Amino acid sequence: MEKRFIYADNSATTAVSEEVLNAMLPYFTKAYGNPSSIYKLGRDAQKDIENAREKVARAIGAEPREIFFTSCGSESDNWAIKGIAENMAKKGKKHIITSVFEHHAVLHTCEYLEKHGYEVTYIPVSEDGLVNPEDVKNAIRDDTALVTIMYANNEIGTIQPIEEIAQICKEKKVIFHTDAVQAVGHVEIDVKKQGIDMLSLSGHKIHAQKGIGALYVRKGIALPNLIHGGGQERNKRAGTENVPAIVGLGVAIENAVKDIQRKNEIITPRRNRLIDGILKLPYTRLNGDRDKRLAGNLNISIEGIEGESLLLMLDMYGICASSGSACTSGSLDPSHVLLAIGLKHEIAHGSLRLSIEEDVTDDDVDYILDVIPKVVERLRSMSPVWEKMMKGESYE
Amino acid sequence: MMYSEKVLDHFSNPRNVGEIENADGVGEIGNAKCGDIMKMYLKIDNNVITDAKFKTFGCGAAVATSSMATELIKGKSIDDALKLTNDAVVEALDGLPAVKIHCSVLAEQAVRSALSDYYTRQGIDPLPIVGEIKMPEE
Repeated sequence: MEKRFIYADNSATTAVSEEVLNAMLPYFTKAYGNPSSIYKLGRDAQKDIENAREKVARAIGAEPREIFFTSCGSESDNWAIKGIAENMAKKGKKHIITSVFEHHAVLHTCEYLEKHGYEVTYIPVSEDGLVNPEDVKNAIRDDTALVTIMYANNEIGTIQPIEEIAQICKEKKVIFHTDAVQAVGHVEIDVKKQGIDMLSLSGHKIHAQKGIGALYVRKGIALPNLIHGGGQERNKRAGTENVPAIVGLGVAIENAVKDIQRKNEIITPRRNRLIDGILKLPYTRLNGDRDKRLAGNLNISIEGIEGESLLLMLDMYGICASSGSACTSGSLDPSHVLLAIGLKHEIAHGSLRLSIEEDVTDDDVDYILDVIPKVVERLRSMSPVWEKMMKGESYE
Repeated sequence: MMYSEKVLDHFSNPRNVGEIENADGVGEIGNAKCGDIMKMYLKIDNNVITDAKFKTFGCGAAVATSSMATELIKGKSIDDALKLTNDAVVEALDGLPAVKIHCSVLAEQAVRSALSDYYTRQGIDPLPIVGEIKMPEE
């Protein structure tokens, strides 16, 4: 078996596409003008930024003036949540609703607000990894300032009932924000049709560079300024724009949303083959609803082994993957997402996430399905946990 | 996460993996909830550790520290093995990331736990010789 290089961690980040890179390059050495400058070099840069803004807006069904460029998805989340919290507190509304398995950019922001006099309700999720809109409805109070629920989970890929939650928020007149960092480019998004008030997105998940993101804010929603200074981003986020990154994001998002259905039709059967192939191993389980999930995502727990060891072994075979094990997070606790869907600690430690795109071919799938049983067998053969399981003993 | 070449080497080619049938001392440390379990088997002749093997459920550092610890005690006297510190294991591996230091403590304690079992089997109270075995925090 010839060693391959397979990148199966697109939920972590993606390569900058050639097209994006080529679109960006002139802005470093030729079209380097400051967009705020009066001469043509500056005006052109300004024009190109607005062109990119239009592309981002079109990709999610928004208007250009509703798009604000940020440095990343986490910044967008922080700005949305803290900004709305600040504004709504003036009206006596200091309650926020989110889910237990959000990205840390949302969870830690909410925890920060809790320390500053806000109340947060963390909606539990089902064992399939889905938020029940009824739970959101029941959690809304007169003083609820914001509901923030992620569009698709970053670890288990489950796609949340965003439209229903948005509808409930609309009826209850509560602002609805969604972290769509994992969803953009993988599911069709139309903020107007779906009733989304605010949405965070990130460039490096869709083949733009790292360090660029955007926040959509429906017109009519007041958001405090994030960075005080010059007049960039309609006075809301000062600082000279990252022109190449913004231009790159525009190209990337236009490509990402162009043919979602076609891409998913290619990716889904490959992903399913991976799921079925890995689940043939004994003592494995798929995490998250099988159908309501991102086309390229799979997350499987493999009992008796630990995730980081698994990743290191896969790396030796040239496969880049991810895990919810504690060891990859630098704490003793495994992934909060896997615990939230009811996995026991010891099982959550042995989880594997693959997130593939169409460049992972059928041959690559065969290769992965060849490697994983070998690696699992090797790790299990040296695992005292597996030994106990095979003897029918408890290892808790 | 930066692992040294030595850690990666001991992870990908772990020394002394397996079990010893009729071992003279067996120790186990850690728990699956925390994500690390080490089991160590010792063969002891005339107070000398003639063979050491391990099985580990855990991260790369857990495997590498187990492997290194067995290498460091093989052929040594019990007294020398009892002097093995986690620092020595870390040093022999050319360092560990800060969040992984606890793995080296597990390796040290796994050795002590196996020696403790050895004394118990001999009908000797291990506590005065080996001391308390530190279980990792939950």
